[in-house]
Amino acid sequence: MTGLGRLGRLVVIGVPFLWLALFFLLPLLIVVKISLAESTIGIPPYTPLFVNDGSGLKLHATLANFALIAGDDLYLRAYLGSLGNAAVATALCLLVGYPVAYAIARSQGVRRQLLLFLIMLPFWTSFLIRVYAWIAILEPNGLLNQALIALGLIATPLPLLNNLFSVQLGLVYSYLPFMILPLYGSLSGLDQSLIEAAADLGARPLQTFLGVTLPLTLPGIAAGCLLVLIPAIGEFVIPDLLGGPDTLMIGKVLWDEFFNNRDWPVAAAVAVVLVAALALPLLAAQRFLERGHTA
Amino acid sequence: MALLEIAGVSRRFGATTAAADVSLSIESGAFYALLGPSGCGKTTLLRMIAGFETPDSGRIVIDGVDVTGLPPYARPVNMMFQSYALFPHMDVAGNIAFGLRQERMDRRHIAARVEEMLALVQMEGYARRRPHELSGGQRQRVALARALAKMPKLLLLDEPLAALDRKLRAETRLELIGIQERVGITFLVVTHDQEEALSMATCVAVMDRGRLVQTGAPTEIYERPASRFVAGFVGEVNLFEGELTAGFNCLALTVAGLGKPIPLPSGTQLPEGAAAALAVRPEKLVLSHAAPAGFAIAATVSSIGYLGGGSIVHLATEQGIALKAYLPGTAAGPFGRGTPVWASWPLEAGVVLTQ
Repeated sequence: MTGLGRLGRLVVIGVPFLWLALFFLLPLLIVVKISLAESTIGIPPYTPLFVNDGSGLKLHATLANFALIAGDDLYLRAYLGSLGNAAVATALCLLVGYPVAYAIARSQGVRRQLLLFLIMLPFWTSFLIRVYAWIAILEPNGLLNQALIALGLIATPLPLLNNLFSVQLGLVYSYLPFMILPLYGSLSGLDQSLIEAAADLGARPLQTFLGVTLPLTLPGIAAGCLLVLIPAIGEFVIPDLLGGPDTLMIGKVLWDEFFNNRDWPVAAAVAVVLVAALALPLLAAQRFLERGHTA
Repeated sequence: MALLEIAGVSRRFGATTAAADVSLSIESGAFYALLGPSGCGKTTLLRMIAGFETPDSGRIVIDGVDVTGLPPYARPVNMMFQSYALFPHMDVAGNIAFGLRQERMDRRHIAARVEEMLALVQMEGYARRRPHELSGGQRQRVALARALAKMPKLLLLDEPLAALDRKLRAETRLELIGIQERVGITFLVVTHDQEEALSMATCVAVMDRGRLVQTGAPTEIYERPASRFVAGFVGEVNLFEGELTAGFNCLALTVAGLGKPIPLPSGTQLPEGAAAALAVRPEKLVLSHAAPAGFAIAATVSSIGYLGGGSIVHLATEQGIALKAYLPGTAAGPFGRGTPVWASWPLEAGVVLTQ
């Protein structure tokens, strides 16, 4: 045995696990705990999970919060609304991102560096500020409407803000880089001789794309879709700032439960359901990605 | 009429010339080899025939059709890639069937052709394997089967044996010849390995720095090289540089450092005083302890390399001119290191080169 030895390996593997346990698993367990409690007026605003009534510790847990979520169709609509919006945004990101990633992967040298730099450039500015900037662009007397009116294309301002359009625009704008980068990775790793072999065997460009390029970049597509879909489902800032009455998303419901209703247990239950609903497709996708690597 | 006709094809990449006015014609049914050192432009020429590169000028005609401007998928040629370029997401059968599916051939015919191709390359039973589950030699066979499946008029092979180990290379060479004879398809092989080119091809074209320097049958290329480059690149050679002088009833070559002029083969038609070189293959050299009748060079054995089937004997003259002789079997036995010997050769075995 050479190198690190037993203790060394334990430390190398142990530290990240400890980190995850402390800062991911523990908070998650606290949220689960709160979701099983009842709301009270006080600090903290929920009942403890174990009560000492003199004869020892007693478990004091309730599923009432989950029953409430199941009973009120507001939550279901919010979950489905989030899922629908996120799915549409993911599809749009894929449609826009694939050609962009393809073009970058096919470009050479300085040009490629420059294009990649441009994709990552927005990250240098705060996410919140960029979303606010869209308000300035989209509002009734914002930049876009003013420009269109000045050009004489429209007479009255278009309703561009606080609707589904602005939410989708915000989602696609914000999450596009997360789609492009894994796609770029997948496409730039594609052996060019495979494309040539397909053409040599009589495949036209479209057939080559469908038969070779697309299937070989599926892992990149799956990774990009997950990186967009998962955060987009739980997105709060974009629906809050750019959305309107018709854009019900679960992130905003969660926020309202916590900070407007101050009902921590219900908010925690909403979060637990969201995590559970996201974990399953994530695991499924992870399995798919691993299979893609061995193929 | 020739199957492939290349007329005045040139291609430049920036400052480098990959093909300079190359003209070449390949008869139907030939096993043709393009031989040259790496970077001589042979792969570029192959890629222009396949359609992956467009010539700056010149024409490429296949079976009477000018294909110069056609995309790869519209040309009646298929290529076996040096890296094999097998599709990793398809199994062996899927790879072989890929080209057939592009022709919209019906399923039954495709399945039958795939079986036929697998049998041809002796890979029956491997249809459902993925490329990453195959050895290098097996991948090479699948790549060959895939390229042959469409029955192209011309098959292009880019360094088909380069990725195989030495023993497998020798076997596969023979198999390639057998397969080519069976399917009757014209093969154009690009290789930097002169042994490969000489042993497989019916016709060899030697390229150097984008130019075609000699074409001919393998024996012609080896026995009658047209230039110093061909003589040196194709096989081992003793090259004597000198000046033509009148000798005893024939022309001779006066070489600096060699006591007497070397008599040249009869029928050499060159002006006196011109610079020329004489090429003599190592296996043409005869070594003896005693001075033979006629022309011979006195030298000392400097080292012996035993190759199994024979030995290569390195000699040096007193003036420092190095020679090498190939002696078959154990014929090198009597010539130990440091032995003074006489080296001679039949005069007709030498080739006079001016280029």
